[in-house]
Amino acid sequence: MAIRERLSGNEAVSIAMKQINPDVVAAYPITPSTEVPQYFSNYAANGEVDTEFVPVESEHSAMSACIGAQAAGGRAMTATSSQGLALMWEMLYIASSYRLPITMATINRTLSGPINIHCDHSDSMGARDSGWIQIYSENSQEAYDNFIQAVRIAEHPDVMLPVMDCFDGFITSHKVENLNLIEDDEVKKFVGKYNPPYHLMDKNKPMSMGPLSLPMYYFESKRQQAETMRGSIKAILEVAADFEKLTGRKYGLFEEYKMQDAETAIVIINSTAGTAKDCVDQLREKGVKAGLVKIRVFRPFPVTQIVSALSKCKAVAVMDRADSCNGAGGPLFTDVTSAMYGRADGIKVVNYIYGLGGRDVKIDDIHSVYNDLQEIVKTGTVKEVYNYLGVREG
Amino acid sequence: MAYNLKEWATRPERLTGGHRLCAGCGATPVVRTVLRALKPEDHAVVSSATCCLEVSSFLYPYTAWKDSFIHSAFENVAATISGVEAVYKAKLRKGENVNATKFIAFAGDGGTYDIGLQALSGAMERGHDMMYVCYDNGAYMNTGIQRSGASPKYSDTSTTPAGKTIPGKVQHSKNLTQIIMGHNIPYVAQTMPLKNFKDLSEKAEKGIYTPGAAFLNVLAPCPRGWRYDTALLMEMCELALETCVWPIYEIIEGKLTLNYIPKEKKPIEEYLKPQGRFSHMFKPGNEWMIEDVQSRVDREWEKLLNMNEMK
Repeated sequence: MAIRERLSGNEAVSIAMKQINPDVVAAYPITPSTEVPQYFSNYAANGEVDTEFVPVESEHSAMSACIGAQAAGGRAMTATSSQGLALMWEMLYIASSYRLPITMATINRTLSGPINIHCDHSDSMGARDSGWIQIYSENSQEAYDNFIQAVRIAEHPDVMLPVMDCFDGFITSHKVENLNLIEDDEVKKFVGKYNPPYHLMDKNKPMSMGPLSLPMYYFESKRQQAETMRGSIKAILEVAADFEKLTGRKYGLFEEYKMQDAETAIVIINSTAGTAKDCVDQLREKGVKAGLVKIRVFRPFPVTQIVSALSKCKAVAVMDRADSCNGAGGPLFTDVTSAMYGRADGIKVVNYIYGLGGRDVKIDDIHSVYNDLQEIVKTGTVKEVYNYLGVREG
Repeated sequence: MAYNLKEWATRPERLTGGHRLCAGCGATPVVRTVLRALKPEDHAVVSSATCCLEVSSFLYPYTAWKDSFIHSAFENVAATISGVEAVYKAKLRKGENVNATKFIAFAGDGGTYDIGLQALSGAMERGHDMMYVCYDNGAYMNTGIQRSGASPKYSDTSTTPAGKTIPGKVQHSKNLTQIIMGHNIPYVAQTMPLKNFKDLSEKAEKGIYTPGAAFLNVLAPCPRGWRYDTALLMEMCELALETCVWPIYEIIEGKLTLNYIPKEKKPIEEYLKPQGRFSHMFKPGNEWMIEDVQSRVDREWEKLLNMNEMK
């Protein structure tokens, strides 16, 4: 039986953590993710979980403690945002290369400087090549559902990689929405027990972890890690299929919204997809063949699947809520265009950087993007590939 | 049971030979002695910061550690072992069947006094049931003898070279043992390998088996960085003791006890002279440097005598 609730994204993810009842939660406060360890410490204080809550003195130590905990055969979780994720950066790579299936809620907030507590994706995009599976969530329901699935994906024997569930700071983390929760015992049954074949606590099979690995061996281990990331798509879809059986809610690598016959489309991540879907609906009423692709799984990047979703479009706008400052475009744009190169040549693809530092994105802004796309279709020419949306010029 | 070297020496070796630490390295006897303090039936999870010990004891695909071992990075050994210990607590709470396990962290002075100080302070304050052992050789030996917060004043290191205008490191070392004393944890001690290893052995045993956080600061001479004759490890420790450069003491429940008070304190020159890193201090005209170090040692020793519960 599903439980109808009204919760913020942070509350929903905290409840998922409570239902999973992990061995260790190690976390440090940072806006806007702070509420997650706050709610969770209440569960620990009231004996609603068996978890050892470790209130560490930094995010670097939060990830380090999660690494120690997961290596010790425990299930470890944390939550962070922005500078916190940046401070973890060194340890993110170590967690993934040690093949430790840690689960983290990444509540997207812009990176300093200047300091700004509001939403953009510069934090998690900065960690996109750290070897973590990255799943993005449009709203509280998805944040909750993806967090539960993340545990299963991470611990899948063919995967054994850490997973972050990313959702928008304040917009999703603090906004209260209706959602369906799963019964506690159903969640526990879905995630199962974590029983790694080797861990530090096993006296009969002592193990050493974290060697110095010189040129003779390092390269092979990185190759194996990269292959595992690539192959994890299968496990991600397998877990999604089981989740659908349990809840009826369907998840894929990305969501296709009115893409069947779409001539123009935008590719987007997280909460702005909601606004953009409204825009698509309005355009459809006017007979405009507009569609939308919302990325759920960004790492591994679903290369061929994205190409086939976009292959019938005439013009595509890739929306990035993070700028790479690289002269080439935002991170999602460069990934989408390199996926399409040689696989779907001839489709015009442009990039819009939007919403940095929490700048509001309105339905009119999205309309202007579709207008630009229609203009490109009509004229066959692209004026500017690398664009900014909703920024004051001059 | 009273300490007996013969009995301790027959306990199983928990760090095997064949590791790649230098001949005469002070870290090796420190680690081996600390691990001998474990009850043979107890499992241990050992963690090390990135340091000489780590890169020399665990080169893929070989490990010298017979217990479980984890290394993750340089500045976070205290946080890493905190996570391991937290799982132990959670498993016990869940009523799962787990072996009796002890948690020991090792790091050099760079990983402890400097880059690892925050994680160490956090773990001590949170009171994890663990023992942190700093093997202090007074510089970043692993990266090639750069100065650290533990390097003694005037030491010639690769980032504080004794030059024509700057005579080596210009600052004194910080007193880490007393920084940790300020954390009010159940057990803090300062020690080193001495004579029959009694002091180090007993302190390791107390640290491991005292519930809560424990900290050992252990002087571990480095023949490469200090530039003394490789064979003289034990003599260097003896000199550090007799000159009061590295007093041995412990702090239990906030009470400090000096474990050795020399009848007559030896002059600091006896400790400095055999070490190449201090050779410039013995050049004519540099006597003031020796006087400066002597007065610092005297001051610190006086402070300790005043704090000593046994006086």
